[in-house]
Amino acid sequence: MERNKLLRDLRSSAIIAAWFSVLLFPLLVMKVSVTGGQALVRFRWERLPAIAVAAFVLSFAWRRALEWNEARGDKPSGSGPIAALTVKARSALALRPIRLTATLVLLAVAAAYPFALGMYHTNIMITALIYVILALGLNLVVGLGGLLNLGYAAFFAVGAYTYGLLWKYAGPAFVSAGLDPGWLFWIALPTAGVLAAIFGALLSLPVLRLRGDYLAIITLAFGEIVRMVLQNSGEVTGGATGISLIPRPWFFGLRLPPRQAATYIYYIAVALVALTVFVVRRIEDSRVGRALEAMREDEIACEAMGVDLVRNKLITFSLGAFWAGIAGVLLAAQTTYINPDSFTLWESITVLMAVVIGGTGSIPGAIGGALLLKLLPEYFRPLAQYRMLIYGIAMILVIIFKPDGLLPRNRKKYTFDGSPSAVGAPVAAGDQEARR
Amino acid sequence: MDFFLKLFLSGTAKGSIYALIALGYTMVYGIVQLINFAHGEVYMIGGFTALIVGGLLFSSGMAVPLVLALSIASAVVFSAAFGFTIEKLAYKPLRNKPRLSALISAIGISMILQNFVLLAQTEKYLSFPSYLPELEFLRPVREYLNSTQFIILVTTATIMVALTLTIKFTRMGKAMRATAQDKHMAQLVGVDINGVISLTFIIGSALAAVGGVLICSYMGQINYYIGFVAGIKAFVAAVLGGIGSIPGAVLGSFILGWTESLGTGYLSSDYEDAYAFVILILILILKPDGILGKNQKQKV
Repeated sequence: MERNKLLRDLRSSAIIAAWFSVLLFPLLVMKVSVTGGQALVRFRWERLPAIAVAAFVLSFAWRRALEWNEARGDKPSGSGPIAALTVKARSALALRPIRLTATLVLLAVAAAYPFALGMYHTNIMITALIYVILALGLNLVVGLGGLLNLGYAAFFAVGAYTYGLLWKYAGPAFVSAGLDPGWLFWIALPTAGVLAAIFGALLSLPVLRLRGDYLAIITLAFGEIVRMVLQNSGEVTGGATGISLIPRPWFFGLRLPPRQAATYIYYIAVALVALTVFVVRRIEDSRVGRALEAMREDEIACEAMGVDLVRNKLITFSLGAFWAGIAGVLLAAQTTYINPDSFTLWESITVLMAVVIGGTGSIPGAIGGALLLKLLPEYFRPLAQYRMLIYGIAMILVIIFKPDGLLPRNRKKYTFDGSPSAVGAPVAAGDQEARR
Repeated sequence: MDFFLKLFLSGTAKGSIYALIALGYTMVYGIVQLINFAHGEVYMIGGFTALIVGGLLFSSGMAVPLVLALSIASAVVFSAAFGFTIEKLAYKPLRNKPRLSALISAIGISMILQNFVLLAQTEKYLSFPSYLPELEFLRPVREYLNSTQFIILVTTATIMVALTLTIKFTRMGKAMRATAQDKHMAQLVGVDINGVISLTFIIGSALAAVGGVLICSYMGQINYYIGFVAGIKAFVAAVLGGIGSIPGAVLGSFILGWTESLGTGYLSSDYEDAYAFVILILILILKPDGILGKNQKQKV
């Protein structure tokens, strides 16, 4: 029986290998080049056996994986060694002293990072931290509110351009008044957040009636329009060339050398990430957060229960956009140069991927996903050209085999433990596990 | 008036290409309620296949009409095969999952295909040799309607009629309509759902391939990225007409083609790609179900 199945599998894998050899033949084996209006084709026969073998092996593995996935069904993820470890970690973190120590250790590592590893790694880390903020912000919209936003880069652009334009137009006045232009960073930071939030609210007004795919597409359209406007209004925004020489943030009037400046921005980024995590966590546990979660699960039931959907969607979009605005200012300060190319649709999709791969709705997931997506490519430079290909594959694998992401969100459970005073008090899953 | 007529006709040609792509979107959406993000990529692959096969045959000294026929045929076959494979690999395992999962998977496929072509072929714009014949009888009106545009119009019209007849009158068309209405019920009365879904992807991808060859001949160039913008625009056209409705997709495509042509002619050519998005936003605000779409009631 087992042998028959194996033979059958091998045979269908062979068929699939043949299928893919034919399917990919024109694109992978033949290579076209056009000279003088004439298309010339070169053959790369050496690739053909590679395609066949790869298709054979992968199709075999794929079928086994799908079977395993099917057999696993909707079993709670509470089995397996990794899940057990997470549960242990969670119940440990529920204890106050352990949590405190863990936080302190984390902060110490974060503080020592630029000194231990130098400027190159610090700069990479800053970029990654900017993405962490973006992912946390998008996580509010996608994970908590369940509204798929494919135009998130637009808010990122609003933030970056707030700082850029502030520098371009108010900068000279600042300098001539004898003030340090670095102050502009601190003015831009809250302004950009608020402006992006206003943009978010404006966007959410027309899309209130839409849901699901339509919402995704309309946000995509919005993102592209913002980018095109930035690109085409050259006299205001600098068009495709963008804005350059944006000042570094103010630091007690000192002109920091690049190395120290990077360290300084790194610390600002760490502080902002900490602030974001704090605020996002509070939102999650607040009345608004629970309303958002209810909205994600079922809009109609939610409305019937008296939750104001219009208000909630407005809040979701503005909150998400706020953090993108902040991240945008940070980006402008780090690179000192911005142009519309930094805010394409693929940027939005990369952030979305960070959220999905990390675990939709999970704060550690968003952080982990963003760090993974931004740090790995930096340290696998030789694979740089395959980056988007690998991202695409990873996204599909995660969504099929681990739809909750790598660090899935911890669903809150409410239990009734008998004593009247405890009714309705939320119990963290960790506590509950410990009690069992 | 002269200028207007020119713009109108070029808009019509554009619109008919969008229609070929939009039909694939609308058919797939009608049957599995999925925005097939990778559809534009399939169209790009059709264009590339035609370029490669055409180049190979042409350099072997084959007659031009035969080259044209064979390269279109191979584009159609390979695109259809890609559409079929994509559905089996990335959408079928997610069929009973939340709809957003499939959408994310579709975005993933779109990235994979774009970068696959980028890596396997080239990142440069390649000029696309036009194998389309120059039609003699169009010579007097060439300023308004050139041969390529005329061929595009005729091809689209033919395909449209054939498709409508297939869906209206054949057994398979009936099965497709049944599946679109109610998947479970269709299955109960003996419709092979998987077959129908595969067939939908195959037909949609084949149409996209025809569109790909035509638009590349029209524009005279090809690149790994062309599928994305065209795909989004065709999707806008499908939504504009009411997604899931076949005449709607065609109507929406023409409206989009005309708007783009007239917009670039009279307003500004910088925002050529933005018109589609502005229309999309307006349509979704004013009439979310599209022009010919059925009003969808939410059920609890």
